[in-house]
Amino acid sequence: MTLPSDKSGAATDTLRGGPRRRRVRTGGIGGGGRGAPLPLLVPALIGVAFLVVPLIALLVRAPWRSLPELLTSAEVWQALQLSLVCATAATAVSLVIGVPLAWLLARVEFPGRGLVRALVTLPLVLPPVVGGVALLMALGRNGIVGRSLDSWFGITLPFTTAGVVVAEAFVAMPFLVISVEGTLRAADPRFEEAAATLGASRFTAFRRVTLPLIAPGIAAGAVLAWARALGEFGATITFAGNFPGRTQTMPLAVYLALQSDPEAAIALSLVLLAVSVAVLAGLRDRWMTAG
Amino acid sequence: MHDAPADTTTPDGLDAHLVVERGTFRLDVALSVAPGEVVALLGPNGAGKTTALRALAGLTALTEGRLRLDGTALERTAPESRPVGVVFQDYLLFPHLTALDNVAFGPRCQGATKAEARARAAEWLDRLGLADHAGAKPRKLSGGQAQRVALARALATHPRLLLLDEPLAALDARTRLEVRAQLRRHLAEFEAVAVLVTHDPLDAMVLADRLVVVEDGRVVQEGTPSDIARHPRTDYIAQLVGLNLYRGEADGHSVRLDTGPAITTTEVLSGPVFVAFPPSAVTLYRDRPTGASARNLWRCEVAGLETHGDQIRADLAGELPLAADLTTVAAAELELHPGAEVWATVKATQTHAYPV
Repeated sequence: MTLPSDKSGAATDTLRGGPRRRRVRTGGIGGGGRGAPLPLLVPALIGVAFLVVPLIALLVRAPWRSLPELLTSAEVWQALQLSLVCATAATAVSLVIGVPLAWLLARVEFPGRGLVRALVTLPLVLPPVVGGVALLMALGRNGIVGRSLDSWFGITLPFTTAGVVVAEAFVAMPFLVISVEGTLRAADPRFEEAAATLGASRFTAFRRVTLPLIAPGIAAGAVLAWARALGEFGATITFAGNFPGRTQTMPLAVYLALQSDPEAAIALSLVLLAVSVAVLAGLRDRWMTAG
Repeated sequence: MHDAPADTTTPDGLDAHLVVERGTFRLDVALSVAPGEVVALLGPNGAGKTTALRALAGLTALTEGRLRLDGTALERTAPESRPVGVVFQDYLLFPHLTALDNVAFGPRCQGATKAEARARAAEWLDRLGLADHAGAKPRKLSGGQAQRVALARALATHPRLLLLDEPLAALDARTRLEVRAQLRRHLAEFEAVAVLVTHDPLDAMVLADRLVVVEDGRVVQEGTPSDIARHPRTDYIAQLVGLNLYRGEADGHSVRLDTGPAITTTEVLSGPVFVAFPPSAVTLYRDRPTGASARNLWRCEVAGLETHGDQIRADLAGELPLAADLTTVAAAELELHPGAEVWATVKATQTHAYPV
């Protein structure tokens, strides 16, 4: 089984590699043949430069010598720690709520499902600042829900670390829901039927059959949500404010540092860049192989 | 062999009248099966066999009708609460679990502890000759092994009704032969009701005590394999069992077909009848035979030819459309080709007539 498929894989690789290399060469030299036409090639190269040059600039201008000192300062550690804790907590919240939500959207037919899906994914395209304002209106001390939280349970979310988690989860959860729902739709629902004929309730079937089958999709969605939460700025600063040690996450610290200590801002940015590269490397198998 | 239960009030076994409506399609099948009996739902693709199976398992809701198993009404029971085991067409073994844990899944859902469930699963795997593959994931199993794991998984819940959806369809020809024989043995040992769905007449005849032929959502014929093979009642069944089948009005030894020509038979009957004869009973001539000992003589045109093993199957059109089998040599001597004119004869002793 593996032998012939390996062989055919190698064969298609050589097939693909040959003409592709030749095509680029003719395009580069003569501009004729079957190479990339200039009206497409030039904007494409500009696009690459546009996306890559700023990152290179960050590396070029990085204060490499003072970097260890900058990165070991108490403030940086505080911000980094807070960022990691809040992003992880927001991802956990997203998992607990988002996976069942994705299951509901993928597996249960109910009236208005399309509308619910649209509303749930709205935070994907909503400006994060608007999300922050909306959260204040809902969960602020005078918000429609926050008022009761405050008077009944004495819980206040805005301008607390918990508020950071709420703001990040609000923005990041849709990424997880979309990713998990897609995986669920691709998974064969008949496995759940098979589980049912063996005496499994719908929940048992979900827990023991569906969940393990879609685990890779959940992991990818969680990483995506985590990365989004880690970089969250607008909703966080609006809903949770900017208090060092309590609500000041890395992106807020970068923004603030840029005004007083640009070198520190660059150093902090490098840390976030490194984390992003690590995330991309982690997801490589899932998304980069498509090309 | 078991006899079909004549009395539908029998408390034991399956007593079902399945009605499922989906758009313009309507399934309406009555099914009574005694414990220990194996019934095959046989029919062409799209006849509604799988829908019937899903309705029995509770995966598709009944529009109306009834479903009783050992005297208990199950129409409104959720699939997980029915004492039903299913072997799916492509088995649907859980890919993330070993063969052992696949089989232990059912007992576990029924409340057994992990250790008990695994012990029971190991017993079933052993019984089906799979003890060596207990630790294997489904993708490491061959088609025949996967089929047996699926059977063990379904049996491990001690179902009172075992359902098998095209149990051999996913196997290649050689494995199929071997697995068919094994499955027959396991089904014979099974003490409760077994219903299998297939479009393959050979699978149905080897595995089942009784066949229920379903066409277009309805039961068109029901009986033992040998009865159905001898007395087909629809063109579909006649084709399955390889017979030429006609319907007509009998008057003594002669049957006047609805389409015009008459066939002489040995049986003496009157009223509406079927007449059947195998393609091998047909003899072909290039010119009208002069001896004419056979009274059944028709002028035909060759519509098509295909190879059937070492035989040639000629598809003949004309006043009596029929299929004829002849050897390759005979076909060459007759210079058969599509469009060729031939004379076909069948001896009365080779035909078989029976009342509708």
